[in-house]
Amino acid sequence: MTQAEAVSRMTDTMAKFVAFTGKRLPDDVRAKIKELAAQEEAPLAKAIYATMDKNQELAWKLNRPSCQDTGAVQFFLKCGTHFPYIDELPELLRNAVIQATKDAPLRHNAVETFDEYNTGKNVGLGIPSLFWEMVPGRDDCEIYTYMAGGGCSLPGRAKVLMPGEGYEGVTKFVLDCMTSYGLNACPPLLVGVGIGTSVEVAALHSKEALLRPIGSHNPNPKAAEMERLLEDGINKIGLGPQGLCGKNSVMGVNIINSARHPSVIGVGVSVGCWSHRRGHIVFDRDLNYTIDSHSEVDF
Amino acid sequence: MAKKVLTTPISAADLEDIKVGDVIYLTGLLTTCRDVAHRRVIEEGRPLPVDVKDGAILHAGPIIRPLGDDKFQMVTVGPTTSMRMEKFEEQFIKETGVRLVIGKGGMGEGTMRGCRDNKALHCVFPAGCAVVAASCVEEIVSANWRDLGMPETLWTCKVKEFGPLIVSIDTHGNNLFEQNKIVFNERKDKVYADICQHVKFIK
Ligand code: SF4
Repeated sequence: MTQAEAVSRMTDTMAKFVAFTGKRLPDDVRAKIKELAAQEEAPLAKAIYATMDKNQELAWKLNRPSCQDTGAVQFFLKCGTHFPYIDELPELLRNAVIQATKDAPLRHNAVETFDEYNTGKNVGLGIPSLFWEMVPGRDDCEIYTYMAGGGCSLPGRAKVLMPGEGYEGVTKFVLDCMTSYGLNACPPLLVGVGIGTSVEVAALHSKEALLRPIGSHNPNPKAAEMERLLEDGINKIGLGPQGLCGKNSVMGVNIINSARHPSVIGVGVSVGCWSHRRGHIVFDRDLNYTIDSHSEVDF
Repeated sequence: MAKKVLTTPISAADLEDIKVGDVIYLTGLLTTCRDVAHRRVIEEGRPLPVDVKDGAILHAGPIIRPLGDDKFQMVTVGPTTSMRMEKFEEQFIKETGVRLVIGKGGMGEGTMRGCRDNKALHCVFPAGCAVVAASCVEEIVSANWRDLGMPETLWTCKVKEFGPLIVSIDTHGNNLFEQNKIVFNERKDKVYADICQHVKFIK
């Protein structure tokens, strides 16, 4: 395989994978929604879950995006420094999004700021977003894909608290977000919480937390305990599917944390909607790939 | 429980017994109508080119596939946030005589008054279920104000059991989202107090 052939092959795989994630939710999300749906007894909540289920089935059968808002596409990379196509990745991923936009088709969701026009291709200045993590010594490349919808991006926020506000302040920050914008972000939600020093660190942690599988736990026992407390607590508020009341509110709460400056606690919240379109694919140096977010793939 | 299906034209009497939280379906004609169309009717005083009296509108911007020969197919159609139309809706209901306003999320005081005084409902269609919605559309019968572009054109659709539609504002002055908000906030205060007992990590 020449370099050009390899690049075109990886572009094609990524285009197909992105389009695919627009119509099929990852295994953990599907399982969790099924579990939450089974707990509902009220006719209203049941009717909504039944519609969600039917929608996913139809999207699969008719090969269409499951939600009309296919989001702004974001990539989170863990790339080995010896991955042979590392230099090509930015261009390649951009082209993959353009191709997926035509093939899926994805809604046109990239508006250039200040000039305020829609590019019509889902690419623009800084879109798709690329978040890089370099992994020294490795020669493979791990890519998380995410479709950031409007409704589920809207609740996102970050703030730097004073230590006096403590983890109680963190709790309040998260809960307030749930009963305000969270309501309209199409619950049941996956809630990502980031804790660190400054806003950008906390915000990025909160987004990375959304990439962690549902049901996984923070390795720190206290943080894991806080995940559980928040999950149970938010569920008790009973937002239900679509914020129209029900037994639960969330698919889970994931926290990612790092050390903080002694004078501050930075906290960030990101929210994933029930249509949490996250994908995870790993390429080896020969571009053989494995997909571990979805067990059934049709391309 | 029998499926409650409303068929256009809808009368005030048809809505009398329907309450917030009920699940209903719509058969008949449904016209997409959102931001600019509302603005034209209310601010510019232009008559809506489609008669929606005793009919239904949907706050949505669909993806449409032209089939040629002035025929169109609905690919996906998901509701958009209704609150954006709040500013106009009370007046809109009064002037057009529409009976069913369908969208996403709740609406406010004005729409509540419009629904109560003119006998209309606001309903939500579950968001993120755009393929289900599109599959309830049997046919697109007309397209008006096409100068507004695909998302804003008034697409009048023949629908069959379009739903589930959750009644969020009824004809008796009830508003489901406003009622829920009060409950959610009360529960939140209690949850907050409980969690605080267990997160005193800074000692
Ligand atoms: S919040 Fe998610 S499910 Fe709801 S409309 Fe937006 S992208 Fe679709």
